[in-house]
Amino acid sequence: MTLKNIVISNLRRRKARAIFVLVGLLIGVATVVGLISLVQEMKEDINHKLEMYGANILIVPKTENLSLTYGGMSLGGFSFDMQEIRQEEVAKIKTIKNAANVAAVGPMVLGPITVGGHRILLAGVDFTAAQILRPWWSVKGKMPTREDGVIIGSDASRIIGLKPGDKVTVRGRALPVTGVLEATGSQDDGLIFAPLAVAQGILGKQGRISMVEVAALCSGCPIPEMVKQISVVLPSGNVMAIQQVVKGRMETISHFQKFSYGVSALVLLVGCLMVLVTMMGSVRERTVEIGIFRAMGYRKSHVLRIILLEAGIVAAVAGIAGYFAGVGATGLLLPLFTQGQGHGAISLDPVMAAAAFLASIMLGIAASLYPALMAARLDPNEALRAL
Amino acid sequence: MSYIDAKNLFKEYGTGAATVTAVGGVNLQINAGEFVAVMGESGSGKSTLLSMLGGLNAPTSGSFLVDGVDVYALTSDGRADFRQRSIGFVFQNFHLLPYLTLAENVMLPLAIVKMGKKQKLAAAIDALGRVGLSDKAHRLPNQISGGEQERVAIARAVVNHPPIILADEPTGNLDTHTGSAIMKLLIALNHEGITVIMVTHSNEYAHYARRLIRLSDGRVVDEDTELQCSQSGRVNADRTQRKN
Repeated sequence: MTLKNIVISNLRRRKARAIFVLVGLLIGVATVVGLISLVQEMKEDINHKLEMYGANILIVPKTENLSLTYGGMSLGGFSFDMQEIRQEEVAKIKTIKNAANVAAVGPMVLGPITVGGHRILLAGVDFTAAQILRPWWSVKGKMPTREDGVIIGSDASRIIGLKPGDKVTVRGRALPVTGVLEATGSQDDGLIFAPLAVAQGILGKQGRISMVEVAALCSGCPIPEMVKQISVVLPSGNVMAIQQVVKGRMETISHFQKFSYGVSALVLLVGCLMVLVTMMGSVRERTVEIGIFRAMGYRKSHVLRIILLEAGIVAAVAGIAGYFAGVGATGLLLPLFTQGQGHGAISLDPVMAAAAFLASIMLGIAASLYPALMAARLDPNEALRAL
Repeated sequence: MSYIDAKNLFKEYGTGAATVTAVGGVNLQINAGEFVAVMGESGSGKSTLLSMLGGLNAPTSGSFLVDGVDVYALTSDGRADFRQRSIGFVFQNFHLLPYLTLAENVMLPLAIVKMGKKQKLAAAIDALGRVGLSDKAHRLPNQISGGEQERVAIARAVVNHPPIILADEPTGNLDTHTGSAIMKLLIALNHEGITVIMVTHSNEYAHYARRLIRLSDGRVVDEDTELQCSQSGRVNADRTQRKN
């Protein structure tokens, strides 16, 4: 017989009260775990969707000559003719510390050409990367192959009068028009896009590129840090984060986090109050019992330990059950929040499980501290008079 | 010097005009191994006195020494240790914990003692054996009679071998036959050298003690010091009373 035996026996006897405390904490823990898991999953989902916004890091040559605006964002200055990035250097981006966070690297060469008497910008791109960097592209027709073919922006198509199946002759080279871009509302509408190698050949810029677009967005991607890392491996480039997009993403995530923390704190507070009230009732109900303990020679600290141990055991069970309930609820609710586009099964996070377990115990004990002190301070003589 | 030495014990509740004196200047010296019965009407202060003798209720004034130790000069933990070492309480309503078996109830005072599990169980079974209930050690309190519950309460009081037993109306809820059996148990324990102080309303049971103290309005008004009892528990000596 130890204090632990007394506690366990009492919990078995007062099952309803123990279950009430357990449910109070369980709901709190499950809500916190559920919300945090849900927000994490939603963050990943949001990031995944935000990646569809395209590139968020731009690398342009270091130059002071011309300023270029692209997509409504200031990209800094670069010169078409003077300084460019060597294509083989682009591969170094995949060697940075956060290379795993790089979703796509899109080198681009730009140069003016004349088609049908119209001056127009030819852009050489990697069409595979372009599908990630410009997911909003919708092509009437089909994408060009690596070797040949071009697609034309909607404005360029209208002005020059080209449509899929036509051929466009650029500097004596006839290229088939495989498709026309649907209007995007961006500068892409006025461009002709060709495979990178083809455009480099036409513009006489073999092995050189004008700019690099990088899509790097995921949960916990340190964009500023990645910009620094790319600057180190690409000293000839001016690496810039597209702040608007990054900030927008971070703000969205931040709002979700604040919301979840607020709701979690509220639910935990209610859970703790439930524990407090229940334990207070338990102590009052056990006045006689505590009096007997004290008469037998139990110290105040023994009584304190009995009450806190009881709360701790219930809280530990609530922590474990609450974690699994929270994860389970997230699994059920996630499709509703992500419109069925979640990332599949929710994975069990041992760190979060341990945190839920420990936090539950700490909260259970903290909420029971006042009732425990009340029990410990109970005048044994008063308890005897209650006998 | 007496084993238990209470001098001019006062206990007052409330303040000012609302002050109520529960115990008003009790002097009491009890030698080790005595069996003392405390009688009095309801409100006479006997239960208050018993709780003061048990180290549970600090007197408003006066001193209380057990084996030369001033109990109320001890800290709260010190008094708890004193109770654990020196006092075994037997309550009128038994107050066994209903969710523990008889053996576990008896082991309760040992839960805070550093002892092996088997030693504690052996001590509990031994104590239950002393009250004739070792065969029911694994039953719950609601599975035995009231008299048996009181015997378990006595076993719980003696399991840690305290030198003093304080019994508050130990026969109050029992029929005459069962009450007599309980008294025999207390006498047997007293014969083992345990000092027994018992509060009772019953003249019959009071005369099992060797000494009878009567309280009224918180004061000792009467004391019989030559009571004797037989092994059968019957009073076989004429009661002589001396006014205090």
